[in-house]
Amino acid sequence: MIVAFDLPVPTTTWYLLLSAVLFAIGTVGVMVRRNPLVLFMCIELMLNAVNLTFVALAKKLGDIGGQSTVFFVMVVAAAEVVVGLGIVVAILRRKPNATTDDMAELKG
Amino acid sequence: MELFVFLVAGAMVLGGGVGVVVRSHPVHAALSLILTLFGVAVLFVAQEAHFLAAVQVIVYAGAIVVLFLFVIMLLGVDNTENLRIEPLKIQRPVAAVIGAGLVALLGMAIIASRDAKPPVVIPSEAVRDAALDPHNSNIKALARDVFGQHVLAFELTSVLLVIAVVATVMLARKPKPGEIGPLVGEGGAS
Repeated sequence: MIVAFDLPVPTTTWYLLLSAVLFAIGTVGVMVRRNPLVLFMCIELMLNAVNLTFVALAKKLGDIGGQSTVFFVMVVAAAEVVVGLGIVVAILRRKPNATTDDMAELKG
Repeated sequence: MELFVFLVAGAMVLGGGVGVVVRSHPVHAALSLILTLFGVAVLFVAQEAHFLAAVQVIVYAGAIVVLFLFVIMLLGVDNTENLRIEPLKIQRPVAAVIGAGLVALLGMAIIASRDAKPPVVIPSEAVRDAALDPHNSNIKALARDVFGQHVLAFELTSVLLVIAVVATVMLARKPKPGEIGPLVGEGGAS
């Protein structure tokens, strides 16, 4: 006997909740981890959560503008990673095994 | 089917996200990040953002994570961070509370606005025409929007990228003797 039941279809709300959880994971990572490289990865997680929100709402509202915004967010994220890793490389070259506490020396 | 895709991709996203936070080895964290980025790309496809899914794989998984791994390998900082050490005793409980609170807050806002009437967005004519094209509708509509409505912002991103490249070259090059380096103390002024 085949039991027929309707599988729920994921709605926009599901996507928004998923991206909220992903954003919170990224936030906790930024607060907990001390390796500057892992810190940047956690920032990427948060950016991706926001991108997912934009795309989900772009579909719900039928507005392609949300996807354009994600496009620009990706460009800014790429630039941010390049500059951030440049700073990290400059610090780690002087002081191997630097943690985020050592970023205080950016004050000069 | 759609549910299956969502569940698998969601598990990839969350598993990778947790992996980034809890894996003590930076290389493992970067590989977990790739898992998350691919999961997000799958969700982009499920939400009919095909072009962004491709860009996500190429730019994020292809370029940014490779850059991370490159820096990890180049600097030889691929040593395991001891996660047992807690410099601040209260840091992790506070972080967990803030994270749970953030999920609760955002979740309540999302649930509360679930049945809210979305504003009616009238797309511009060019975007609407492009969206009607059965083939390449997503990429055409996106191109009409980016190069029509947001062409100034698009030009500004090119300026941003040039600035980023110049800044990185400034940061990464070795200062000549007697010259002040990008970080004070690296060059002559120590």
